[in-house]
Amino acid sequence: MEPADLTQLWVYLSTKPLTGLTITLVAYAIGFWLYQKSNRNPVCNPVVIAIAIIAAILHFTGTPYSVYFDGAQFVHFLLGPATVALAVPLFRQMETLKRALPVIVFGVLFGSLMATVSTVAIAHFLGASTETLASLAPKSVTTPVAMGIAKEIGGVPALTAVCVIVTGIVGATLGPAVMNLVGLTDWRARGFAMGVGAHGIGTARAFQVNQTAGAFSGLSMGLNTIATALTVPFLWHWLFG
Amino acid sequence: MIAAFALILVCQLFGEVISELFSLPVPGPVIGLGLMFIGLLIKRKPPKELTDAADNLLMHFSLLFVPAGVGVITQIDRVKSDWLPIVASLVISTLLTIAATAFLMSKLLPKAPANPTDTSNEGAK
Repeated sequence: MEPADLTQLWVYLSTKPLTGLTITLVAYAIGFWLYQKSNRNPVCNPVVIAIAIIAAILHFTGTPYSVYFDGAQFVHFLLGPATVALAVPLFRQMETLKRALPVIVFGVLFGSLMATVSTVAIAHFLGASTETLASLAPKSVTTPVAMGIAKEIGGVPALTAVCVIVTGIVGATLGPAVMNLVGLTDWRARGFAMGVGAHGIGTARAFQVNQTAGAFSGLSMGLNTIATALTVPFLWHWLFG
Repeated sequence: MIAAFALILVCQLFGEVISELFSLPVPGPVIGLGLMFIGLLIKRKPPKELTDAADNLLMHFSLLFVPAGVGVITQIDRVKSDWLPIVASLVISTLLTIAATAFLMSKLLPKAPANPTDTSNEGAK
């Protein structure tokens, strides 16, 4: 086949939702295969590999993100149901939850403040604009909530979306290594920290390693969403208002 | 399987409705999680069909972040001007938060009754 025909074939295929969907699944399958091959090294995060493969394909074929997303939205949609489904592993941890509720609430508030204050302080110190600071502040919660908070305090929601994804990837790939370094072995504490620090991507990573870690991560992620949504706008107006 | 998935969607739908109705800062699926959790508390013994459906959905939870993650490429130009403070603060703050929170929780959580560090169920079931 001539190169011109190939281009035409791609132009035709890229308008079909099937292509975006297929690329997403194949890229993730490759990412997961590499992750397994690397002996589950967190740096070989399947999400990161999949994103890199797809971004490269879109770049070299000149396909706009919106065209890709027409197909990928079917996968994206499942984020909602999967979030609801987190109730099941959470329910399995009922006994620990009952015994440790005050500790859990305290841990979430601590993590939420830590994430917000340290991000804003470091970025401020390095000379970021106020608009960037407001976009960074809610980076540790799941994308739709973070974008809502950023909008409320004068940030750029699209920039926030990037910061949230980067946070999740950094937390999922490097977080376990840092916890190993300081010798933290309790799956509950490890999962909890992943959920607070790296939202859904951290939770996904926790589930790949250990069910208990995953359940605690889902728990702290959910509670952190609420804590951050309530504290960040308040803190922001107090500090910069 | 269909009934279980329908139940999950119903929880999400109610979550979205509650979030919109009271204009809450918490997104619909997170409220749906709460509703499902309350349902499980009332039911006490969740049907196997539901727990299987949930486990299947969560088995490849990370796949679901790929489409949104690819969206990063649409924002590269915006990041260029402030890239150093953004990257440095994100990396340092995230790792600091994870390490400090894990440390705090490992000190504060009550000792688990059995196998405190169960590696027995490695990987998602």
